[in-house]
Amino acid sequence: MTQLALIIDLNVCVGCSACVTSCKEWNTSGSAGPMTDFNAYGHDPTGTFFNRVQSFEIGEYPHTEMVHFPKSCLHCEEPPCVPVCPTGASYKREEDGIVLVDYDKCVGCKYCSWACPYGAREIDESQKVMKKCTLCVDRIYDTSLPEDRRQPACVLACPTSARIFGDVHDEYSEVSRLIREEGGYQLMPEWGTNPANHYLPRRKAKIKIQREDLERVENPLKDENFTKPSDDDLTLEDSSWI
Amino acid sequence: MHPAFSVIFLTTLLGVGQGLFMALITAQTYTLVELVHVEESSSFYALGTLLVLVFVALALFASFFHLGRPERAWRTPSQWRTSWLSREVIALPVFGAIAFIYGAIQWFGWDFEVTKIGDFSLPFSLLVGVVGVAASFTLFLCTGMIYACIRFLQEWATPLTVVNFILLGLASGFTVATVYATFTAPGLIAMFGGWAIVFTVVAAITRISALIRNSRIKPKSTPTTAIGVRHSKIRQTAQGAMGGSFNTREYFHGKSAGFLVFMKWGFLAMVFVIPLFLLVIGLSQKLSVLILAAAVIQYLGLIMERWFFFAQANHPQNIYYQVA
Repeated sequence: MTQLALIIDLNVCVGCSACVTSCKEWNTSGSAGPMTDFNAYGHDPTGTFFNRVQSFEIGEYPHTEMVHFPKSCLHCEEPPCVPVCPTGASYKREEDGIVLVDYDKCVGCKYCSWACPYGAREIDESQKVMKKCTLCVDRIYDTSLPEDRRQPACVLACPTSARIFGDVHDEYSEVSRLIREEGGYQLMPEWGTNPANHYLPRRKAKIKIQREDLERVENPLKDENFTKPSDDDLTLEDSSWI
Repeated sequence: MHPAFSVIFLTTLLGVGQGLFMALITAQTYTLVELVHVEESSSFYALGTLLVLVFVALALFASFFHLGRPERAWRTPSQWRTSWLSREVIALPVFGAIAFIYGAIQWFGWDFEVTKIGDFSLPFSLLVGVVGVAASFTLFLCTGMIYACIRFLQEWATPLTVVNFILLGLASGFTVATVYATFTAPGLIAMFGGWAIVFTVVAAITRISALIRNSRIKPKSTPTTAIGVRHSKIRQTAQGAMGGSFNTREYFHGKSAGFLVFMKWGFLAMVFVIPLFLLVIGLSQKLSVLILAAAVIQYLGLIMERWFFFAQANHPQNIYYQVA
């Protein structure tokens, strides 16, 4: 069974929010739209987003580190938001594991958003229905696009390749390899939601340098029997002149 | 959580209606074994049931304000296999329909003797009433489980949530029944009032148990599990929105900690202490105005109780919105 998902590499995310704007641009004009904004140019701008980049300061000055943290629907394998829906508008696709909302069935009761521990669902205040990340379901299967462009808008926009899209159930996929080899983890594992999206941690590139790496063990200068030639001695090069 | 008045009125009004219906059936059971006597019983039960239906209708009316697209409400019973909300949507009209049938039997005098138990005759209306009581308990279970089934809202995820919905509904329903009896059936005042006191005392015990339990909750989710960075000092500097978002509006009550404390002691006084005091004096001194005051104050207290119930629940998503 396929489970499409995103891998988000916190090691390279620079918090530029290109994924946020490209997501908004694609989805507000696509089948999931509109994603209405209010006071867009006013004092307290607010609106519906599928993806937000948050920032967290880790530690205390001067030992601090900034972590930029993109957050969107994690497309859980055990989605708690799906069974609570009274109308069946919230569902998980059998074929690829994407969790979607049928905007024509949603009654706007917000119960699914209460049942999401990640706050991944946001109600659209103009359409009065619940909205969330669709993994760009209207892009990734669009055969009119070149094959390498059939990816979520956020993935294509990321300048540092911090977002990788693929099937986490396929052991040989790039995303599965990253989870396995780069320490991919799930958010809030304590609730048993088994999110499909994984995050890659901050990784420090460190190499261990031994003393022997700097000084050759077979360094002839270290040989006790070795006597340094004096300036008067003829060297091989000198002898060639004779 | 942000307390929504639509849901506060839905759950409190529904509780009163269900409790009142159970009070009426209790009265009829008492008359069956001749413990109490009701004058003009048919109109007493029928008008009482009408009062029940008024509460249920008001609750239903309030519930629609919670829906973004109320015109699609007809779809809501469809997911009864998995959703407690769906089950409530089914249980509510079922309870209303049985109450309506019970009231109609009483009003139009369609009652007949089903069988005799010893010397006592068992009327058909009482059988319908008992089915109605079962429907009422089912409805209480569905309403309570809507909140209790969300495992990561730790303040709600306890059997006490369901128990409190039932007992607070019974307490307020029997108090309203006592008021109803002062106008229509003085012979039932003592019985209704007695049970109102019992249910209010038991509800106080279970509600305070829930308060004590909730004050000791250790949140399972922490900033470390939320973003996966192992550090005790994690401070949010940006939440991905400037003017707030659905996440900041829906999950924060926006009131001070002091206001929360005020609401807690306020509802403890208005749901339990003051009504108990008024009921005891009102019943012993036969002062119906005190009984009426007890019912009004208890209902207002229940609005505060439900407000606090929502406001106290701390959603784990709030970890992602610390600078709200």
